[in-house]
Amino acid sequence: MPWIIGFLLFTAGPMFFSLYASFTRYSITTPPEWIGTRNFAQIFRDPFFYTALYNTFWMVIVKIPIVTVTAISIALLLALDLPGGRFFRTIIYMPNVLSGVAAVFLWQWILRPNGLFNTGLALFGIQGPGWFVDPLWTKPGLVVMGMWWIGGDILIYLAGMKGISRDLYEAATIDGAGGWAKTWFITLPMLSPTIFFQIVTGIIGTFQIFTTAYILSGTESATGGPRQSLLFYVLYLYNRAFGRSGPAGFQMGYASAMAWILFAIILVVTLAQLWLSRRWVYYETEEAR
Amino acid sequence: MARTDTMTQVARPGTGIKTSGPQRFIDIAGHVLAWLFLVGLAILWLVPFVWMASTALKAPQDLANPSWIPTRFAWENFSFAFSVGMWGQWTTNTVIITLVSVVGTVLSSTLVAYAFARLRWPGRELVFNLVLATMMLPGVVTLIPRFVLFAQLPAFGFQGSRNWVNTFLPLTVPAFTGSSFFIFLLRQFMRTIPMELSEAAKIDGASEFRIWWNIIVPLSKPAVAAVAIFTFQGAWQDFVGPLIYLQSERLYTLQIGLRQFEHAAGGAPAWNWLMAASLVVILPVLVIFVLFQNYFIEGIQLGGSLKG
Repeated sequence: MPWIIGFLLFTAGPMFFSLYASFTRYSITTPPEWIGTRNFAQIFRDPFFYTALYNTFWMVIVKIPIVTVTAISIALLLALDLPGGRFFRTIIYMPNVLSGVAAVFLWQWILRPNGLFNTGLALFGIQGPGWFVDPLWTKPGLVVMGMWWIGGDILIYLAGMKGISRDLYEAATIDGAGGWAKTWFITLPMLSPTIFFQIVTGIIGTFQIFTTAYILSGTESATGGPRQSLLFYVLYLYNRAFGRSGPAGFQMGYASAMAWILFAIILVVTLAQLWLSRRWVYYETEEAR
Repeated sequence: MARTDTMTQVARPGTGIKTSGPQRFIDIAGHVLAWLFLVGLAILWLVPFVWMASTALKAPQDLANPSWIPTRFAWENFSFAFSVGMWGQWTTNTVIITLVSVVGTVLSSTLVAYAFARLRWPGRELVFNLVLATMMLPGVVTLIPRFVLFAQLPAFGFQGSRNWVNTFLPLTVPAFTGSSFFIFLLRQFMRTIPMELSEAAKIDGASEFRIWWNIIVPLSKPAVAAVAIFTFQGAWQDFVGPLIYLQSERLYTLQIGLRQFEHAAGGAPAWNWLMAASLVVILPVLVIFVLFQNYFIEGIQLGGSLKG
C-alpha cells in the first residue's frame, strides 16, 4: 500500500531532517550549516528557555491533577444515570467543539479584571484578581478557562465506567459494600487504565500549549504576555522559528534543537509514568495469571 | 450508578439486609443533591455562550454594564464588525480548506484502515504499531521540517506562489495521507464487521476497492461520520497551520482573520464587535454540533473506550 509508505514518509522523513537541522545554523534562505552541538549549548544558557520551561511545567503540574480529579468526580455523578443525563452530557461537551480564536477571545472578555467572572465572584464577597493582565494570575486564569473544556475527559471516563463488569458491583453488594466503598474499591481501580491514558495524553498536550497563549499575549506574543508569564515552550519555539520581528526569527536550527529537547522531556516524563503506573494501574488481564 | 442501585435492591433481600427507611431516604436525598449539582453545572457551562451573545448585541455604552439583556439590541454591531476586513473571502477560503480536508481525510483514513483491518499482508502488525507510535509523537517535532519541506516544493504559480508556502496546499494535501488517530479508530470499528461479507462479495467478483467503498465504508457509517465531523471541527478552527503557512491577507482563514480583526481595532478591542464576529465564526461549528451531537459523543466515547 503506497498510502502507508507516504504516511510514514510524511512523519519519519521530517523527523530525521529535524534531528539533522538541530545541529545546524539554518534560516531557510541559506543552506544549513553544520555547527555541531552549539545550538544546544546556547539553549542551555538561554534565560528565556528556563522561563518557558518553568511556565510549561507549572501548567502541567497544576492543571493535570485538577482536571483529572474534577473530570472523574463529574463523570461519577453522570454515571448515576439521573434524569436528563443525555442533556447534561451534551451541554458539558459543547465547549469542546470550540477550540479556536473565538473561544479565547470569549474567555479573555469573561476574565477581564471587571469582567463577568469577577462580577460572579463578588456576589460571594470575593475580590477577583486581574487574571490575564496580572503576571501572577495569567496561568491560574488559563487553568480556570481550561475547566470549560473538561467535557471530553468526562465523556471518556464515563465510557470507561460503563465498561466495568456489573458482576463486580453485584459481588460487592452481597459483601455489604456501600456506594462509596464501591466507588473507591471497584470503579477507580477498574478505571485506572483509562485514567492513566488520559493523564499521559493530557500531559503531552499541556507540554505543547500554544494557540491560547499566542492569542492571549496579543501584541506581546513575541515575549509571551505580561512579563513572560505566558511564554510557554512551544510559543518560544515558534518565536525562534517563525517570529517575524527582530533577529530572533527564522532560526530553524535553534528551534529544531528546542523541539528535540522537548521531545526528550516528554519521552522521559512518559517513561517515568509508565514505570510509576505499575504501582497504581490495574489491568484486568493480570487477574488471569 | 443506576444499574448498581437497581442491583442493590435486588441483592439486598438475598443478604438479609432490609432497605431501611432512613437509608433509603439518604440515597434519594443524595441523588437529588447530585441532580441539582448537575443542573447548576449545566447552567454554568452555558453562561459563557449566553454572555457572548449578550455582549455581541450591546451598544458601546452598555459594555461596562454587567446586565444580561442589553438596554437596546445593537444589531448594527454585526454589520460594523464585518465592514472591517475581507470576511467574505476568508469565509470562502475556510470553506474550501475545510471541505478538501474532510474529503481527503475520510478517503485516505478509511482506505488505510481498510488495509489494516480487512487485508492480510506481511508486516501488517509492525506497520500498524508504527502508525500508533506516531500518535505519541509531539506535533512540534515535525512542525519545522514540514515547513522547510513545503517551502521547497514547487507550486508553479498556484495562488501566485512559487513554493507551497502561502498557498492552501500545506493545509489540504497532508489530509490525503490520513491521520493516525482516525486510522486507529476506523480500524477498530471495521474489525467488528464480519469477514463473511467480504468473502461473499469476492465470490461475486468484487474488487477490494469495491468492497472498501460499497460495503465496508457504508457499514462503518458511525465511525466515518465521527471522523468527518472531527476533521471538520479541526480544520475549521485550525489556527497554527494557517498562521504559519498563510501570509497574504486574501488567503487568510476565518481564525486568522478574526485575530487580525482584533488588532485592526488598534490595541484595545471593541468587545461588542469582537464578540459579534466571534459568534458568527463559531456558529457553523455549533450548528453542526447540535445537529450531529450523537456522532460527536459516540465518536469521543468510541475513541475513549478503545484506549483502556
